[in-house]
Amino acid sequence: MKIVVTVKQVPDTNAEKVFDSTTNRLNRTSIENVLNPFDEYAIEEALKIKEGAGDGSTVTVLTMAPESGREVIRKALAMGADDAAILSDPAFQGSDAMATSYALAQALKHIGFDLILAGTQSTDAICCAIPAALAEHLGVSCLTYARKVTVAGGEVEIQRDIEGGYARVTAPLPAVVSVVKGINEPRYPSLKGIMGAKKKSIEVLSAAAVGAEAGRVGDAGSFTRVQGWAAAPAREKGRVIKAADPGEGAKAIVDFLIAKKVI
Amino acid sequence: MDFDLTAEQLDVVSMCREFAESEIAPNAERWDAQSEFPLETIKKLGELGLLGLPFPEKYGGSGADTLTYALAVMEIGRCDASVGITMAAHVSLGAMPFYLFGSEEQKERFLVPLARGEKLWAFGLTEPQAGSDAGATKTRAELRDDRWTINGTKCFITNAGTPISGGVTITAVTGEGDGRRPEISNLIVPQATAGYVQAKPYKKMGWRASDTRELTFENAAVPEDHLLGPRGRGLKQFLDILDGGRISVGALSVGLAQACFDAAARYAKERHQFGQPISKFQAIKFSLVDMATELELARSAVLKAAWLKDNGRDFATAAAMAKLYSGELSRRCANAAVQIHGGYGFMDEYAVSRYWRDCKINEIGEGTNEIQRMVIARQLGL
Ligand SMILES: Cc1cc2nc3c(=O)[nH]c(=O)nc-3n(C[C@H](O)[C@H](O)[C@H](O)COP(=O)(O)OP(=O)(O)OC[C@H]3O[C@@H](n4cnc5c(N)ncnc54)[C@H](O)[C@@H]3O)c2cc1C
Repeated sequence: MKIVVTVKQVPDTNAEKVFDSTTNRLNRTSIENVLNPFDEYAIEEALKIKEGAGDGSTVTVLTMAPESGREVIRKALAMGADDAAILSDPAFQGSDAMATSYALAQALKHIGFDLILAGTQSTDAICCAIPAALAEHLGVSCLTYARKVTVAGGEVEIQRDIEGGYARVTAPLPAVVSVVKGINEPRYPSLKGIMGAKKKSIEVLSAAAVGAEAGRVGDAGSFTRVQGWAAAPAREKGRVIKAADPGEGAKAIVDFLIAKKVI
Repeated sequence: MDFDLTAEQLDVVSMCREFAESEIAPNAERWDAQSEFPLETIKKLGELGLLGLPFPEKYGGSGADTLTYALAVMEIGRCDASVGITMAAHVSLGAMPFYLFGSEEQKERFLVPLARGEKLWAFGLTEPQAGSDAGATKTRAELRDDRWTINGTKCFITNAGTPISGGVTITAVTGEGDGRRPEISNLIVPQATAGYVQAKPYKKMGWRASDTRELTFENAAVPEDHLLGPRGRGLKQFLDILDGGRISVGALSVGLAQACFDAAARYAKERHQFGQPISKFQAIKFSLVDMATELELARSAVLKAAWLKDNGRDFATAAAMAKLYSGELSRRCANAAVQIHGGYGFMDEYAVSRYWRDCKINEIGEGTNEIQRMVIARQLGL
């Protein structure tokens, strides 16, 4: 079975983000890029499925990124993925979720797959759209928010996270599955993994190589436009409730929470 | 000159940082307070390949270089000096003698499980009467009926009695020598040897989560093939090991000094007095600047020594200088970090109080400051 994990490089979650006021794009050069933390769960799940199957299944990592995306790819390879592909082409610049999913789908057709695993979202854009959009482009089933994944007999079964429990969902392969944070505990890349990663192949794919049409990627292929941006408003000062009687204090807190619809 | 780290070195740094920050740092205070040896965490270091980092893959190691090893020790030591020394003592004092001086058979038998991190190994040089004067060893080993029978005491031995300690390699007097100096050899003493007596762990000021014990050998007999390297070369071999060990204590010191700087810089920006963050006061600012500047120098010195070793150059002087400078720097940084914390720095809840206790050993272990100066003076022809 060929498992492909789609991953994204994102700005370090703790870094202060700055937007370019002319392009309305995030300035990525000044901040450290990391592997999208949600994708680490997808990689770990893919490795577990591969190791569990023990049948020569492989894990390929796919990302759309500038050449600097190699760094995050290296981490995935060091964790144990077999090989990787980077979709890298100036034509992809400015792609939104739809354009990105199209390009990724083209790449997936190019490299082949039985099972596609993805994180539910990225920490920078948080659209949560890619898994479903990929499945749509590829014409395969989409199983989202998996908190458990089992593959057997050409079928994938997941426990889909829903409020208060889970739904059991199955689909025939090939399929796209997005996994939730906490489905597993992503491993640290071992020293051997890190040292071995440089021997693994990273295929660089251009728009032409995967047959992506110019009008469907980049700015031209994007359905959405960032119109403007603003810094998040500073958090308001907390309110201190002073009460002589603890009962009254508790009641004031409960009233406040009810008014805020928290409880 | 190329100061860029390779892709692998950068990746090892991020892995170690991530691991240390999530698995070690949150527990460091508790391990220290309870003098608890963090067995599970040490095993994880082994699984990640960190306990066999600089040894070739064919001996169960990870095949990385000394520079990568120094970077890894810095990152681990930054979060917990005790875990740092457990790793460093195991790699550069415990396992390294097998790699450098062991026969192929000894490497297979002893080095492989150590490099894989299945067992820890100790280095027994120091004795109650032989500290800086390591050649004054009193421990004796006599070859009788194809066995070395060992009698003596080693003190302050790191990793001597953890649940996964496999044994110790020691220096022992094995003959009369040239009349002026006795013949000293290295012997491999597995923990299971009858007559291998490990004392209770010492109660220590710092490095409290690391295992340090006295070992006594009471007619402890090991097979003749447990001689490591040629007979009579024991002291020289151990002094060579210490040259390399100084790179790791230097790295450990840099890690600790970095932790001191990070904590002090963070606190100085948060703490307000006289209506502003104390970081705005020139005295505090300059103190932080001095730390950062000296840290840069210390890190460069340690990495240079590692680079020299990796490139087969003479590195003994560079390693002694790096160890001396970084060790003293870690003490200066710990002192400054506590000072910047004021009274809070004197409290156990603040990590800097632990750093202050942990830093001192960097000026004593693997050769005191005075001994480093003597080593350097000799190299300078003084
Ligand atoms: C926590 C810990 C872990 C350790 N782990 C190990 C280990 O794993 N294996 C091991 O073999 N040892 C280990 N040691 C021992 C350590 O290496 C020695 O403590 C150190 O070498 C100093 O020896 P000493 O304590 O006997 O001091 P001494 O040699 O008695 O020194 C006392 C003082 O005299 C000074 N001095 C001595 N000679 C001279 C001189 N010629 N000129 C000027 N000054 C001099 C010293 O610098 C020092 O200031 C460890 C020690 C500690 C505290």
